[in-house]
Amino acid sequence: MIWLNVIIQGVLLGGFYALFACGLSLMFGVLKVINLAHGDMAVVAAYVAVFLTPHLHIPEVWSFLIVVPIFGLIGYVLQRTLIQKSIDRDPFTTLLVTFGLSVVIENLLLEVYTANGQTVNIGALITKSWHPASIIYISYVSLAVLAAAVIVLALLQLFLSYTGTGRLVRAVADDREAAQLSGANYRHIFGIAAAIAFATVAMAGIAFGMMTQFAPTSGGVNLLFAFEAVVIGGIGSLWGTLVGGIALGVAQQFGAHLNPQYQVLAGNLLFLVVLAIRPQGLFGKRTALL
Amino acid sequence: MSTTNNAALDQNGLIAVRRSTHSPIFTLVGALILVVILTAAPWIVPAEIATTLMNFFILVIMATMWNLLAGYAGMISIGQQAFVGLGAYATLYFALKGVNPFVTIPLSALVCAVIAVPVTYLVFRLRGGYFSIATWVIADTAMLIIGTIAVLGGGTGRLMPGLQNLSPSETAHYSYLATWIVALVVVVGTYYLLRSRLGLVLASIRDNEVAARSAGANVRSARRIVFVVAAAGCGAAGAVLAISQPFIQPTNEFNMQWAAEMLFVSMIGGLGTIEGPIIGSIIFFVLQQTLQQQGVWYLIIFGTFAVAIALWQPRGLWGAFRDRFHTELLPVGHWVRETKAE
Amino acid sequence: MSDALLDVRGLTVHHGQLCAIDDVSFSLVEGEVLTMIGANGAGKSTLLRTIAGLHQPTSGSIEFHGVDIVKMRPHRRVSLGISLVPEGRRLFSSMTLEENLQVGGYRARKGAFTIDRVYELFDWMPQRRKQHVWQLSGGEQQAVAIGRALVANPKVLLLDELSLGLAPIIVERIYSLVPEVVASGVSVLIVEQDVAQGVTVADRVHCLLEGRTSLTGVPADLTSEQIDHAYFGADLAKVAPHSEVGE
Repeated sequence: MIWLNVIIQGVLLGGFYALFACGLSLMFGVLKVINLAHGDMAVVAAYVAVFLTPHLHIPEVWSFLIVVPIFGLIGYVLQRTLIQKSIDRDPFTTLLVTFGLSVVIENLLLEVYTANGQTVNIGALITKSWHPASIIYISYVSLAVLAAAVIVLALLQLFLSYTGTGRLVRAVADDREAAQLSGANYRHIFGIAAAIAFATVAMAGIAFGMMTQFAPTSGGVNLLFAFEAVVIGGIGSLWGTLVGGIALGVAQQFGAHLNPQYQVLAGNLLFLVVLAIRPQGLFGKRTALL
Repeated sequence: MSTTNNAALDQNGLIAVRRSTHSPIFTLVGALILVVILTAAPWIVPAEIATTLMNFFILVIMATMWNLLAGYAGMISIGQQAFVGLGAYATLYFALKGVNPFVTIPLSALVCAVIAVPVTYLVFRLRGGYFSIATWVIADTAMLIIGTIAVLGGGTGRLMPGLQNLSPSETAHYSYLATWIVALVVVVGTYYLLRSRLGLVLASIRDNEVAARSAGANVRSARRIVFVVAAAGCGAAGAVLAISQPFIQPTNEFNMQWAAEMLFVSMIGGLGTIEGPIIGSIIFFVLQQTLQQQGVWYLIIFGTFAVAIALWQPRGLWGAFRDRFHTELLPVGHWVRETKAE
Repeated sequence: MSDALLDVRGLTVHHGQLCAIDDVSFSLVEGEVLTMIGANGAGKSTLLRTIAGLHQPTSGSIEFHGVDIVKMRPHRRVSLGISLVPEGRRLFSSMTLEENLQVGGYRARKGAFTIDRVYELFDWMPQRRKQHVWQLSGGEQQAVAIGRALVANPKVLLLDELSLGLAPIIVERIYSLVPEVVASGVSVLIVEQDVAQGVTVADRVHCLLEGRTSLTGVPADLTSEQIDHAYFGADLAKVAPHSEVGE
């Protein structure tokens, strides 16, 4: 029963990692670059939810309704300006620029909001949980986050498979030049991919703030986990990211069960083992987003 | 085109290939004066300045190593703090075994080099951004593992033994000298490394990896050598860091900030030049000293500056300067220019 | 000049230091098939890619309906009516046959070609529309690439090395479609190494040699010696067998 609980908690955690990682995966699939400031955007979203949306008299629980679209917009604009400019130079520059942004954002948050932990206040909901068996408690918030991850992935899948724009996104991911020859403005498509990535990571950031305390440095740690989820699941595979997230979550819960000190370490070790014996990940394919 | 220099002229007198556009004598004399001054510094300047200089040297070591990785071999590591931390902890370990901390510096560098070899077999499986984050995972893992070892102080840290029987001024002088010597060895060593065959291979990879590969350059092993050298260098930086700030703590030695600083410094100074990281470090320290009352603003300003440089002046300040004036203090490449018969 | 659909004047294109196209001029009138022939490295593909917007010329102009489009991005040229079938087909590898055509038609101009019309042109396609493109043979993939360009309803169709890697009989079958395409109001600019094939369907031939125009004319007026000479240059033509060029 103890182990069942470890697995259940791991799966719940994995849902969060998948939500955090799917934007990273999408952006890499389409743009072929990694946004090293991805994690920090999540944290910024959480700070916006805590400090800015109350001014609009919206309960913090519902803040994502406002924050997520705003972040989509920010993603599009940032992509069309700064990130596109760096991609036009080379992928190398994109890494430098996004890492620079990451450090700047993190330290700005430290200056403005200090290193103190914050939470997105959702009232009594935080303590509510479903109690199906003796020692198993399933937190409603964690369950909602897992559900959100599955819904987001399913919507992404539908978008990519059945809409014209979604197909263009995949076309650009497959062959940027051929997509241009079919009339796709790849910069616009990049912007759309970035908008989705930023919107989903904003959602993940707020979810994180609901589940636990966050601080300016939370972005980096979570980017690390998201990245591990992507590699474990297989680079370029959206559903693989969910499986990777769950594998990582379960590994971390096992580690934590042995000794709380081992939580992150167990995840890292799983990542390194996968890298050593199956570098393409569990669901790795050469191309494709689905 | 009035720079006259009688370096290797080809038979037709149309093209001249040379290391430098000016006489190396000036560089040599200047360098000698600088070496003498910096060696004597702890006896002639106030202690705070010596300490600042020491931190400056540590940054120069790290940035030079990072520049070797990114600027010459195209690998963006954001996990070099792994080797800074491991170098510091190797020093602590040897010191606990009774070895004189100063003697452990090369040993710690060696330990890092040895650890780096298997690491390359893992992280080289990933490319680009995924490689970057993989190096970070390595650093995180190293920190977490060290944090579980009780004898090294676990997560809370431990004071390094072996320095207490020296007087404070002796400690200060010796650690200054150790840091300065390591910095000198690293910079000069990198200079000669880049002038060697390896430097040539790296330059060819940087220009065109596919062409280099087909011309017989072993790209992978060249990268591996660079990664191991950079690990050793960062390990030495970690060792001198441990001696200069002898309370050893995982979160400090393995701090992500080391990666951020070495990256910013190299970018601002100029990637792919020996001088760049040194000039970047000078700017960094001037800014840090000026803004030290303002919390982390120096890092915010410096980071913004680095991003702007990457976008609009990707060759960095020194690169831009060099392009304009065709001059190098420590030339590792060759200048080819037409010498029209006049 | 006013009756030209596509008018290229003094086009020069560099790849780095290398001059790939050197001061080339030609025009394409409505309903015409123009074939560019030339050896490997003569600059034919570069020329088509420059017209499609994938390369920026160093100098010269490209006018479409009298408007200079040199500064225009590739996707804008597609909606203006210029479609390129790239060398090597370049299908979207993660997609099905039908999805490839759907992408091609996403920004389609109004016109005769729809996915259904392409399915009529290639009658084997409807049964296999749900297959992934990597399951198709080379000739079939080439047909999909042409279909993908046609559904955008171009005024000018640029075909780059259709014969590459295909059996002669397949190449012949694909080229036999050209008259039908032209009949629906499309002008065609073909780049082809297989001279015999390219010349058969052409109204006019334009030969490139090392980035420069070496010969232009109507196929009926040209002898095979002239073509060989223009194709290989003066020195090589003497030793080359007549008209056996291309693989």
